[in-house]
Amino acid sequence: MTTTLAPSLPPTASPVTRRGRRLSKKTVGGGVIGVLGLVDIVGFGLEARSGDARLGLTLAGASVRLSPLKLPPGPTAIVAGMITLVLAGLWLRADLGKAARRAVIVGSGVLFMLSFLCWASAGKSMSLVGLLQSSVDRSIPIVLGALAGCLCERAGVVNIAIEGQLLFGAFAGAMVASASHSLYLGLLAAALAGALLGLILAVFAIRYAVNQIVVGVVLNVLATGLTGYLYDRVLVKYQNTLNAPAVFSRISIPLLSKIPILGPVLFDSSIFLYLTYAILIAVQVGLFRTRWGLRVRAVGEHPVAAETVGIRVLGVRYCNVMLGGLVAGIGGAYLTIGSVGPFGKNVSSGKGFIALAAVIFGRWTPIGAMFGALLFGFADAVQNILSVLGTSIPSDFLLMVPYVATIVVVAGMVGRVRPPKADGQPYVKQ
Amino acid sequence: MTPPDRPPGPPVEPPGDEPGVEPPEVEPPRPAGVEAGGIEADAGRWRKVVFDAVVEGNSVTVTLLAFVAAIVVGGLLIAFTDPVVLPKFGHFFSAPGGALGAAWSSASGAYTAMFRGSIVDIHTVSAAFHGGSITAVFEPLSETLVNATPLILAGLAVMLPFRCGLFNIGGTGQFIGGAVVAGWIGFAVQLPPVIHVVVAIAGGLAGGAVCGWLVGFLRARTGANEVIVTIMFNYVAQFLLLYLLGTHAFRRPKRIDPISRVVHGTARLPHLLGGTLRVNFGFVLAIGAAVAVSWIIKRSTLGFEFRTIGANPDAARAAGMNVERGYIVVMLVAGALAGLAGAAVVLGTDYSLTPGIYGTYGFDAITVALLGRGTALGVVLASLLFGALHAGGVQMQAATQTPIDIVIVIQALIVLFIAAPPLVRTMFRLRGQRSGPERRAALKVVGA
Repeated sequence: MTTTLAPSLPPTASPVTRRGRRLSKKTVGGGVIGVLGLVDIVGFGLEARSGDARLGLTLAGASVRLSPLKLPPGPTAIVAGMITLVLAGLWLRADLGKAARRAVIVGSGVLFMLSFLCWASAGKSMSLVGLLQSSVDRSIPIVLGALAGCLCERAGVVNIAIEGQLLFGAFAGAMVASASHSLYLGLLAAALAGALLGLILAVFAIRYAVNQIVVGVVLNVLATGLTGYLYDRVLVKYQNTLNAPAVFSRISIPLLSKIPILGPVLFDSSIFLYLTYAILIAVQVGLFRTRWGLRVRAVGEHPVAAETVGIRVLGVRYCNVMLGGLVAGIGGAYLTIGSVGPFGKNVSSGKGFIALAAVIFGRWTPIGAMFGALLFGFADAVQNILSVLGTSIPSDFLLMVPYVATIVVVAGMVGRVRPPKADGQPYVKQ
Repeated sequence: MTPPDRPPGPPVEPPGDEPGVEPPEVEPPRPAGVEAGGIEADAGRWRKVVFDAVVEGNSVTVTLLAFVAAIVVGGLLIAFTDPVVLPKFGHFFSAPGGALGAAWSSASGAYTAMFRGSIVDIHTVSAAFHGGSITAVFEPLSETLVNATPLILAGLAVMLPFRCGLFNIGGTGQFIGGAVVAGWIGFAVQLPPVIHVVVAIAGGLAGGAVCGWLVGFLRARTGANEVIVTIMFNYVAQFLLLYLLGTHAFRRPKRIDPISRVVHGTARLPHLLGGTLRVNFGFVLAIGAAVAVSWIIKRSTLGFEFRTIGANPDAARAAGMNVERGYIVVMLVAGALAGLAGAAVVLGTDYSLTPGIYGTYGFDAITVALLGRGTALGVVLASLLFGALHAGGVQMQAATQTPIDIVIVIQALIVLFIAAPPLVRTMFRLRGQRSGPERRAALKVVGA
């Protein structure tokens, strides 16, 4: 079904094939994997401190207890590195299928993280489950932002304003929840605030055909300025009534949350995680398995053809951009009433831009975008835990890792992905 | 961006033309009638042009009205969030005058303070006549120029890639690249007076250029989307700056907070008007850069290639241009410009590196470039406007406790309104223009 819309012409939008010396995907990918393997061996294996790394597999208070995983950091990292080097060789030598390539990428990534974590927690203990739980929690706003991006871009509208929508959602969520003493009203207000920004984006991008990236950037500036101004002027003054919301409590799903390792990670969180599951499945199924999704993708790929068969192109675009804003607004609410409570200036701190990267990472599919977002959430959580463990790498470099990883992935591994064909182009009725 | 329906007959420059709004490429020849003594006919034509400009709203009118609209919305925002005004609206129905008066005085007070901080303060003028300091009169203007300097340079760094079809959101990263190198040369190296500042500026150019080149290289060689890459580089550069400020080579002795050593006097940009006024040689550099960029775009082969690639990369390639090289070169130049902005701030006003030295220049630059509509002159004028807003915003916050973030809101509103001329026309009930060219004009707002 995905292929029904593939254009018969070669994609002219990709500026990558014709001239100039280009690095092939194979070389770049193999090189990156090889470097990972070498870092495993040289960086983590040979430099390892003595003492086993104890990786905890259960949280305190769990009914089923597993004994922590004890690994010697040096040998673990060296073995992991050797396996990775073999994988790199395989990548360069053999013609791997799509599934095999993915397995190699995931495998080398997991091995790298394992040897890194062992190296970092040598002689100490660290809760692996806690790390995974915090990664999933931290990726919630990024996943929702990325889903917003998918919804918009599949309909042919680039949404750079995700950052602003998160910020608006966070602001409205905190303020309304605090003023009305109802968290659900806050959530609703956040979703509507995001949708409002989506509507503005839609009006400018669709009705006035203004360059979509331009509108997105300006809306981000507007959201930063407006929330910052109102925070300084109003929220600080009426801190106790307008900016002291409660926080959604954790809901453990019976039975499922008792599964070792997976239970606490996936089924013991606030309502936001379950909402994220629901929206993720709805968007994935909706886009690729329903009539609505087919229409959306048609509008994003070839609006003229869509119009010809009777689809209301502009209507679909308005609808999707606002839906996207709604989803991003919910993601914004997580930043306040889902985690910390009160709103702070610039609380989204670039998560919207990360979500944008996750969309490209995931090749404009909801599931793929989710994996991209999880990667960022994981990096965020790791860096948080490392600052507790105290390692010899300066924390600034650790903070850089997710961003460098994005550049590597966007430039190397999936540099040649194809966005929806009409992405970013305004449609003027013929 | 051109008023699409010029009156028939020889084209005449609209009156009060802000040159930045008109693309210089289409500057029409002067009508012969002016010298030939057809003054009266000419006056009639002028009247018609003025009439059309006001009633139909050409791009100059739209720009002005967008500014007015943004100021009005900003004023409403100031008035209706004022803790002094809000309680008065509780008695709105018994005493509407009190509430409205308070709202008016709140907004006008804020804007007056803004004017005093950015253009001229009447009190200092009268004080100067009575033997006060004359430099105090020029201090607001000096602050405006100081604020405008990095905006001009960073704005050019966004505008130039626009013309080549690239969207450079990486102003922040390139700014940091330039600031770090220029700052390091400024405080770690000993050189004779004039040579030191020149070397430091060259270092700033180079530092920014490397950051820009990297983006262009990735775009050209791997096809990586430059929007994503520049956003990511911004973060990388911010963390790199933080790391560097912690190292022995940068950190100021006896300080715990991350702040670098102080730039030597020999590496500082000289003040233009001497004394306490902060406006410095960096402003001259910025104007020089604007002239150079304008020349590159309009007169050089390179600029022609940039514009062709921006208009249609496939056509450019078919015409034998090296599109990939164009991407790399344009990002290299843009990076150098943003790096120069960083150098101008470190060597001109701040004299040391701090974790927040990049401010909001990177994103302000985008709004400046949009407002400047793809011309160097437009960028200069837009930067002066935003520089004035910033300088005034500081004064406004100090005098009326209105948070300076309102300036960001006004800035965003101006660009938003200007991006959609039909919206402004609807708001002010101007006669609509034919939609075809107008739509195209809206699309062309990035100058691509």
